[in-house]
Amino acid sequence: MRAKVYVTLKKGVLDPQGKTVHRALHSLGYRDVQEVRQGKYFELLLPDNLSAERARQLVESAAREVLTNTVIEDFRFELEGL
Amino acid sequence: MKAGVVVFPGSNCDHDAYHVWKHVLGQPAVFLWHKDEDLQGSDLVILPGGFSYGDYLRTGAIARFSPIMKPVVAFAKDGGLVLGICNGFQILLEAGLLPGAMLKNTKLKFICRHVHVRAEPAATPFTRQCRPGQVLHLPIAHHDGNYYADKATLAELEAHRQVVFRYCDAAGKLSPEANPNGSAGHIAGICNREGNVLGMMPHPERAGEAILGSADGLGLFRSLLA
Repeated sequence: MRAKVYVTLKKGVLDPQGKTVHRALHSLGYRDVQEVRQGKYFELLLPDNLSAERARQLVESAAREVLTNTVIEDFRFELEGL
Repeated sequence: MKAGVVVFPGSNCDHDAYHVWKHVLGQPAVFLWHKDEDLQGSDLVILPGGFSYGDYLRTGAIARFSPIMKPVVAFAKDGGLVLGICNGFQILLEAGLLPGAMLKNTKLKFICRHVHVRAEPAATPFTRQCRPGQVLHLPIAHHDGNYYADKATLAELEAHRQVVFRYCDAAGKLSPEANPNGSAGHIAGICNREGNVLGMMPHPERAGEAILGSADGLGLFRSLLA
């Protein structure tokens, strides 16, 4: 089973990297791109025999405690291969 | 007063801190290995600058889980003196000993130069020998020093006089130009409510002798001995 965890900066938190990527896209002609927010992506490999509920608890806890700094970041995740 | 300087894999200002405390001020100092769980009777714990664990994941995020951090957190909560410099400040934030978080510098550059910071009238023993409003000339060297906290937290820091240093110009004035990394409230250093835990991005340990270009950082260490 694989968990895909997406970490993004909270709304309202300045994202200088996203802004720079946005400007670069604009200068290359991608005028319709209105905003870029940069984030992080993690894949966690879990045992297949784990229940969906247990897997969710585990990923939720790991994301909150380690993968994310909840002062500035939010996360969401999906489980694959259930 | 015995200082314990924590050494994480990737720390690179540990010897500077040790040198200032031991050789410039003549006080006992020991290195504390990150895998140990003993502060060896230290009266002051210094989390030094550097790139602990290569800054992987987030600055300070992995160091926070080092075995040594368990007694450091307990020591801090018990009122013990803890000083986090640069990467040490980032570790204190990740460990939740100080509020807020670090973002990348607004200009996305690693900044390595001397800046001016103003000592604020904060309630902490670390600046006992600084006049409120005194301007210090200290080096910074970081990529993630853009201090962030939500509005409520910032208001709380101000209300409880927890802002210890702010970036300023040579005359002590605050301006966007004198804020090198975009920090909220021009914040360069904060302490906890009790004042025994200080985190700061500038490096006082690299400004402890005139031959280094500035000895302005020495006052901070001297304050603890006063």
